[in-house]
Amino acid sequence: MQKTTSANTASMSVSENETLIELKNINKWFGGFHALKDVSLKVSKGERIVLCGPSGSGKSTLIRCINHLEAIKDGTITVAGKEMKHDAKSIDSVRREVGMVFQSFNLFPHLKIIDNCSLALRRVKRLQREEAEVIARRYLDRVHILEQADKYPAQLSGGQQQRVAIARALCMEPKVMLFDEPTSALDPEMVKEVLDTMIGLAEDGMTMICVTHEMGFARKVANRVLFMADGQILEESAPDEFFSNPKHERTKAFLGEILAHN
Amino acid sequence: MDAFGLPEIFFLLQGLKWTVLLTIISFIGGGVIGLLIALARVSSSSVIQRLAAAYIALFQGTPLLMQLFIIYYGLALLQFNVDAWIAVSFAYTAHASAFLGDIWRGTIQSLPRGQTEASNALSLGYVSRMRDIILPQALKISLPATIGFAVQLTKGTSLAAIVGFIELARAGQIVSNLIFQPLLVFGIVGIIYFVICWPMSIWGTRMERRMSQNHA
Ligand SMILES: Nc1ncnc2c1ncn2[C@@H]1O[C@H](COP(=O)(O)OP(=O)(O)OP(=O)(O)O)[C@@H](O)[C@H]1O
Ligand SMILES: [Mg+2]
Repeated sequence: MQKTTSANTASMSVSENETLIELKNINKWFGGFHALKDVSLKVSKGERIVLCGPSGSGKSTLIRCINHLEAIKDGTITVAGKEMKHDAKSIDSVRREVGMVFQSFNLFPHLKIIDNCSLALRRVKRLQREEAEVIARRYLDRVHILEQADKYPAQLSGGQQQRVAIARALCMEPKVMLFDEPTSALDPEMVKEVLDTMIGLAEDGMTMICVTHEMGFARKVANRVLFMADGQILEESAPDEFFSNPKHERTKAFLGEILAHN
Repeated sequence: MDAFGLPEIFFLLQGLKWTVLLTIISFIGGGVIGLLIALARVSSSSVIQRLAAAYIALFQGTPLLMQLFIIYYGLALLQFNVDAWIAVSFAYTAHASAFLGDIWRGTIQSLPRGQTEASNALSLGYVSRMRDIILPQALKISLPATIGFAVQLTKGTSLAAIVGFIELARAGQIVSNLIFQPLLVFGIVGIIYFVICWPMSIWGTRMERRMSQNHA
């Protein structure tokens, strides 16, 4: 399925009109610290957003607000048509649409890989163990790690663990996946296997928001790159434009640093 | 009746039976209530948190002997005509629940936040998060400390003698008063405690060592 015209997968279908995530003027405070300042963002179905910016700019906070790992002070968050309020029911209904992958994997160390993946299917979707395991195996196979199903997380390499974490989130069949620096805790030789998995997801049409500094991934997969600084989205554009023609001084400085390191 | 013979041994073993029973009852009762206390202590409601903290502080901050007196005489004052047995089980259950609750609170809070966050991200509910994710890990980590407390509890039941509960230590005192051989009798009583507590201590220490190796 090699595309000759474009190195980017942006030609993959994005239905421009169907909005999956909408953040309207959200504000987040940590005590007296204003971590997100009036941030708005619209993500359409099938979009792949890469979020980058200096440390402490609020990238993690932003995506963690989307599934209410952090509570916002004001503004609105709507996911798949459901507005998230502060009540448990609306939080839960949004969380069911959203999968998340963490920097430090956060697998359940006392559960086998298969149980890591099937637990929520059984407890949340109330499937029988057998049904849940069929689904879990399907997604473990998809991230090419099915043969590890009966091991415990500690017996796997970092890259394998992160792929399990991706499979675990996929099992719930979310409409959107959030990634918070999924490769930055990995040894360099394991980064590729995780990025390849994410690229595969993008090719299958998954809506994704990825906090990452993997600029190769951004070029290849993103259809928009957002640059954050001081709790605000300073700049957003298509990857080619973003890398070749950054507008904001802060973006230029940031890219200069990142590219010097890569 | 001045020799240490079979009747005396049986009397001591009778006391031992009550010691073991009291320990088991207060450990189980204390475990159940202690679990609730631990969960209350890490609850999202600050009122519940503070109530649990106060409960723990109350029982950890006062001597067990006072607790025994207060519950024993308190129940009597409230016109509950209970025998020593019930009063003592009550007091030790409360005592154990505060200590176990605090041990388990500590290990629950020592788990990485990521475990809770991953559970939330998967939209696991409170019950599943606790039962499937948090408690299995926390209770496993707390096992050495929990066993250590069980040893303390076993020995601590000897205080119940003070309100007339005839457990092992009190049985020893009675026998020794009868046959005037305190060193012999209390020596034997000590050995019985030791035979029960020492293996538990070793078990706890082994488990602790094994865990620290796994974490290294
Ligand atoms: N729980 C918290 N309590 C207080 N301050 C916090 C908390 N979480 C984040 N912050 C602060 O909010 C700001 C944004 O943090 P955030 O983790 O979103 O940054 P980031 O862009 O993801 O940075 P990094 O690249 O280092 O991960 C930082 O200044 C951070 O110190
Ligand atoms: Mg971050």
